[in-house]
Amino acid sequence: MAEEVKAHITGVVFQIKSKPGDSVAAGDPVIVLESMKMEIPVEAPRAGKVKEIKVTEGQTVQEGDTVAVLD
Amino acid sequence: MIESVLVANRGEIARRILRAARGLGVRSVAVYSEADAEWPHAREADEAVLIGPPPARESYLNGERILEAARRTGAKAIHPGYGFLSENWRFAKACEEAGLVFVGPSWRVIQQMGDKVGGRREMRRAGVPLVPGSEGPVASLDDARRVAGVIGFPLMLKAAAGGGGIGMVKVSDEASLAPAYATAERRSQAAFGSATLFVERYLSEPRHVEVQVFGDGRGQVVHLHERECSIQRRHQKLIEEGPAPRVSPGVKERLTRAAVMGARAVGYVNAGTMEFIVQGEEFYFLEMNTRLQVEHPVTEEVTGLDIVQAQLKVASGESLPWRQEDIVQRGAAIECRIYAEDPARNFMPSPGTIARWAPPSGPGIRVESGVAEGCQVSVHYDPLLAKLVTAGPTREEAIARMQGALEAFVVEGLKTAIPFHLRVMASTAFREGRTHTQMVEQGAFNG
Repeated sequence: MAEEVKAHITGVVFQIKSKPGDSVAAGDPVIVLESMKMEIPVEAPRAGKVKEIKVTEGQTVQEGDTVAVLD
Repeated sequence: MIESVLVANRGEIARRILRAARGLGVRSVAVYSEADAEWPHAREADEAVLIGPPPARESYLNGERILEAARRTGAKAIHPGYGFLSENWRFAKACEEAGLVFVGPSWRVIQQMGDKVGGRREMRRAGVPLVPGSEGPVASLDDARRVAGVIGFPLMLKAAAGGGGIGMVKVSDEASLAPAYATAERRSQAAFGSATLFVERYLSEPRHVEVQVFGDGRGQVVHLHERECSIQRRHQKLIEEGPAPRVSPGVKERLTRAAVMGARAVGYVNAGTMEFIVQGEEFYFLEMNTRLQVEHPVTEEVTGLDIVQAQLKVASGESLPWRQEDIVQRGAAIECRIYAEDPARNFMPSPGTIARWAPPSGPGIRVESGVAEGCQVSVHYDPLLAKLVTAGPTREEAIARMQGALEAFVVEGLKTAIPFHLRVMASTAFREGRTHTQMVEQGAFNG
């Protein structure tokens, strides 16, 4: 079942660490946000395959926004 | 006195410098990004110039735009504050070449002390004690192994071009040296564009004590005593105080003497800070900050002197307004950094809009604030909203005032470090002055 990966803080997308089709383990960083001079990874909540990345580098995301979808 | 100064910074430190300029009758120019148009610092100068979009590299880190703002407004000097361009020697050099006074040391000294390996070499030559380690960058993993054989484990691998704790890797034994070396090289390359490393003995539970120094380029270099800044998270300070509790008069005397010796050796001009780590009766040079420090108000409260006004005077070519024997510590002062961070979530950033802002006031309470109600605290800049400083005739009094002030401080709309500070003030370890730099990470103040 598909699962949304949500940003747990507000920030700017600093790095995209995975692409659709990649397999990730629980806890792997899917993207990295930058907020107030800190780099904060948004981690995969469980193991799975990345179905979709919903953000681009430099984009601002709000806490709770979906940044990626796992298959 | 210089006729005018442009403040190349934002938030609380920009306001602090603008206030100093006003006090001396110096015309002031503020700069601001599109994110900061409604912020107090953009409204409190004689003139304000929009320098670019919110991301720092397109505004506060854009030296060209700032020099352009200085040209347009006819500003004669630039005060860089801390962070941003304050320790960028190329910017200081560009100021000089543009005929502007850079309020700080010469660009050569910024360059020299910004290179942590070169800075250490200079301090060693001046007779300032250093943490045992490699005498310069290590050439290879084998070289690091050779140094480890001399100083032993655990040790630290540090980026030669680094600072602020970024790129540091702790190595506990011989077996983990090779992978740690690779990690440190990679981090250093990513963060600073250079993979050069140096090796230092790892000190367990040390204290961070620093000395405020000031040179006037006319032969005078003085110290303004020490500050203790051991309460840190992610190698960033949260609480600072002066005088340093539980540091013997003998250590204090040697520490301040070493700080002046080091500053004198590099021909230091204007305000700077020599940072040391202290373990028992031993102390070692850490690095020099060639700029005004966030926590300078602690020293101002304890000595009664105005460091920022003195910076503007010395930058104008005047002699230092004080002699060493006039600079005396009276009572005690503590500073708590009010960060927009959530201490309940491991100090995660907490951007948002300040719905309510009611700072405390009263005897011995000083608030250096960068914000006002309605300000949008954005993700683009560091999370420091304000500094709360309390002073008293004794350390106990300063702590009591801090507790009252923290309880009275009302901030709504985002999370702040205030609950953390209250726990620290109430803790036995802090009240007894038994602090070290690893306490926060060890969970000593968890609720």
